[in-house]
Amino acid sequence: MSIPPSVTAAAAPPPAPAGTLRASRRPSSLRGTLITIGVLSVIDAIAVFGLFMLFLQESWIPFGVVLAVTVIVNWIYLRPGWLPAKYLTPGLLFLAVFQIFVVVYSGYIAFTNYGDGRNGTKDDAIETILLTAQQRVPDSPAYRLTVLDQFGEYFFLVTDPEGEVLLGSADQPLAPVSGFGTDSTGRADSLPGFTTLTFGDLLGNQAAITELAVPLSDDPNDGALRTPDGSNAYLYLSTLSYDAATDTFTDTTGTVFRDGGDGAFVSDAGRELIPGWTITVGFDNFVTAFTTDNIRGPLISVTIWTFAFAILSVATTFALGLFLAIVFNKPTMRGKKVYRLIMILPYAFPGFLSGLVWLGLFNQDFGYINQVLFGGASIPWLTDPWLAKFSVLFVNLWLGFPYMFLICTGALQSIPEELTEAATVDGAKPWAVFRLIKFPLLLVSVAPLLISSFAFNFNNFNIIYMLTGGGPRDVTAGVDAGATDILITLVYKVAFGEGTGRDYGLASAFAILIFFIVATVSIISFRQTKVLEELN
Amino acid sequence: MKVTSRSLMMTGAMAAATAIVLAGCSAAEPEAPQFEGSLTVWVDADRAGVLEDIATQFEEERGVTVELVTKEFCAIRDDFITQAPTGNGPDIIVGAHDWLGKLVQNGVVAPLELGDKAAEFQEVAVTAMSYEGQNYGLPYSVENIAMLRNVDLVSEVPATFDDLIAAGEASGAEYPFLVGLDPNAADPYHLYPLQASFGAPVFEITADGTYDPTALALGNEGGEAFAVKLAEWGAAGILNTNISGDIAREEFVAGKSPFFLTGPWNLPAIQEAGINYSIDPIPSAGGETASPFVGVQGFFISARSENTLAANEFLVNYIGTEAVQTALYEVGGRAPALLTAFEAAKSNADVAAFGEVGAEGNPMPNVPAMDVVWSDWGSTEVAIINGQGDPVELWRAMVASIQSKIDG
Repeated sequence: MSIPPSVTAAAAPPPAPAGTLRASRRPSSLRGTLITIGVLSVIDAIAVFGLFMLFLQESWIPFGVVLAVTVIVNWIYLRPGWLPAKYLTPGLLFLAVFQIFVVVYSGYIAFTNYGDGRNGTKDDAIETILLTAQQRVPDSPAYRLTVLDQFGEYFFLVTDPEGEVLLGSADQPLAPVSGFGTDSTGRADSLPGFTTLTFGDLLGNQAAITELAVPLSDDPNDGALRTPDGSNAYLYLSTLSYDAATDTFTDTTGTVFRDGGDGAFVSDAGRELIPGWTITVGFDNFVTAFTTDNIRGPLISVTIWTFAFAILSVATTFALGLFLAIVFNKPTMRGKKVYRLIMILPYAFPGFLSGLVWLGLFNQDFGYINQVLFGGASIPWLTDPWLAKFSVLFVNLWLGFPYMFLICTGALQSIPEELTEAATVDGAKPWAVFRLIKFPLLLVSVAPLLISSFAFNFNNFNIIYMLTGGGPRDVTAGVDAGATDILITLVYKVAFGEGTGRDYGLASAFAILIFFIVATVSIISFRQTKVLEELN
Repeated sequence: MKVTSRSLMMTGAMAAATAIVLAGCSAAEPEAPQFEGSLTVWVDADRAGVLEDIATQFEEERGVTVELVTKEFCAIRDDFITQAPTGNGPDIIVGAHDWLGKLVQNGVVAPLELGDKAAEFQEVAVTAMSYEGQNYGLPYSVENIAMLRNVDLVSEVPATFDDLIAAGEASGAEYPFLVGLDPNAADPYHLYPLQASFGAPVFEITADGTYDPTALALGNEGGEAFAVKLAEWGAAGILNTNISGDIAREEFVAGKSPFFLTGPWNLPAIQEAGINYSIDPIPSAGGETASPFVGVQGFFISARSENTLAANEFLVNYIGTEAVQTALYEVGGRAPALLTAFEAAKSNADVAAFGEVGAEGNPMPNVPAMDVVWSDWGSTEVAIINGQGDPVELWRAMVASIQSKIDG
């Protein structure tokens, strides 16, 4: 994008007559203007389409947001000047959509009971409960059906299995009629004074037709005919009725289900109707995280292992990476490129794939490691708690050292050779040179990456999940956590898979807790690394 | 984007109004309400090909477009539960019957009335598709495991599981018997027939063949007897948690075992290897019938669908036909759920044999509590097979743990 002259004009207004000043407020080139208009019109067209659909769906909050953003974007780009805003806007928009919204939304979820059985709004829940409460009367016959229309009111013209033809509507119970026309199969399909609906008509009004209940008789307990497909009707009885005034459900035995304040209708005896709905629960999820036996029990040991895993992963990969970087940094070494290429290979494989490959290699009876390297020994690499911990660290070392090797190579090459030479001239031994000069200088540039590597390993879900699945589990302990579970896999188990059903609210609360742990560690570490920078 | 018939009509109305204003022409003649929406169906890649043809036919005959969205099969359940309440979900999904409890718990599926057509399907398939007395899905296939035997190694069908082991050992093969397990989770699904033969289903089975999710039956005497047997088999090396499904198949294909407890999905590899096999009923280990779990696949309608009528019509009268069920069987290799299609598919001896074993089976429980059960069940079986404690105590601890989780 070319720089509009208005920016320079604002900085130092050129002495010019009023007419030329007006001209200078326009973008510099015709091409620029056309591109601006072209891009803006595409964006606006998309926005208008979106607004149109949101309006029809009556989603007012997204509508307002889209409208405001569209207006602001147009205003920024059509207005002369404000160059930084023009550059920053796309980035800020993406930041808002992909980062801020996601973070704020999961923060919001942490304060709700969103999860299995608490999945939608209360209105949806009521509608679904009513829908499933419609039970077909056992062994009731199938009525062959034609839907008729008279002045906008729908009628069911049904042929019962005995061949009797009946007519009824929502307000008018079924009654025998005569004078109907029949089709080739003997089904009544027309009646004078009524319009027979075609399949297209049925589809066009399907919501009304599938909701239509035609009472069998004046007694509502006899049930009503409903049609799921427009060509057959069945006798249904409702097992639950909803009273909007008191907001309660009552079943056929007279049990009343009230809104229990927990996002579900419950009876006094504690029976819950499914589904429930999402409500805001405040800090309940955070309280649950520390009070549920299944979670609190293993929380301490899992937290310790998480720190151990993250710290040891960083330490071992860094040590090996640095060692190899120093070795391969020798200018006199031959074939360096080939070696370096081979070094990088583990880094090129996707982590979860490597996890699966190592899972096979570690197999107690059939794996390459036991069969070939240990001569057929039956070493339980992944099923003994301590060996499993070791195996996880070992595989993570294999996966992680190339990264450390890369950054150490880069950092080493940026340290001037003159320092080494000067130290050697002063009589320093190579180990002293490394320990006192090269290593501290190296840490200055590498320390932030070590911290981020720690944060990454703290949440290194892939390797744990693919290799051991958190196991081996001590089944006598009665908790879901296994020996190699780290916090993030524990969260996954508790909140998504193997606990008592999915609980997104609890999972988000955990994610926030983990975020605070990682953030605290990172902040302290970054403070410490400032000390290193003073070396420069 | 949610496209409802109402929003489309409004869109149409607004577009028409705009056109009138722009062109200054007179209003169009009023027409009979015509359906302009479409059905969105989530299917996995294998099923999509077959459905394309039937979708085209449906569109021609019924005037409703069917939009097929291909998704990973295992992602469908969770995506559907998340998306259906927002109104952005599909009208129809393909799925497995054991998802049903979770789908109902989340209120995302609508009941489906099969009417008299229910009698045209295998009974076990219809039972599997119902939850708390209400039918929710249109089944299209059933599958189960059976005992595969290498006829060249053992020529007789063993009467009991002990006979099977004896025959396996007498055959001189490396393994008397193979079943795919996992070092962390064993495989309760594959071991279930043996457990069932001790009279220990997961939940009590009620008179109508469905499960009572409040009555855990795992912990009965039969369950404990099974636990003791598991420990025995583990100590004797008959069950080995290091033999995964892949390894078990490889070893069987290599002729290293006369028996392999598995499902039809492993048949292609076995046929390719030229193994002379036979599909037998699973022999009983505990005296009662060794009934395997039967898995049923089918189609479900979203509770948020605005096109229920069209969706019902599409499922019951199009997918529920012999031609489609047969076509689905041909791509998936799973026995069709529709009886007429199943009879036709029985000309394939393998389908007939698996079907015969499945007739003895029970549908895998579809209650939501199963999520809780699988995990504890599997880990405990691993511990018992590997001799990490007294089998009965471990089994009791497992039952207590599952019960406490179900009670919440």
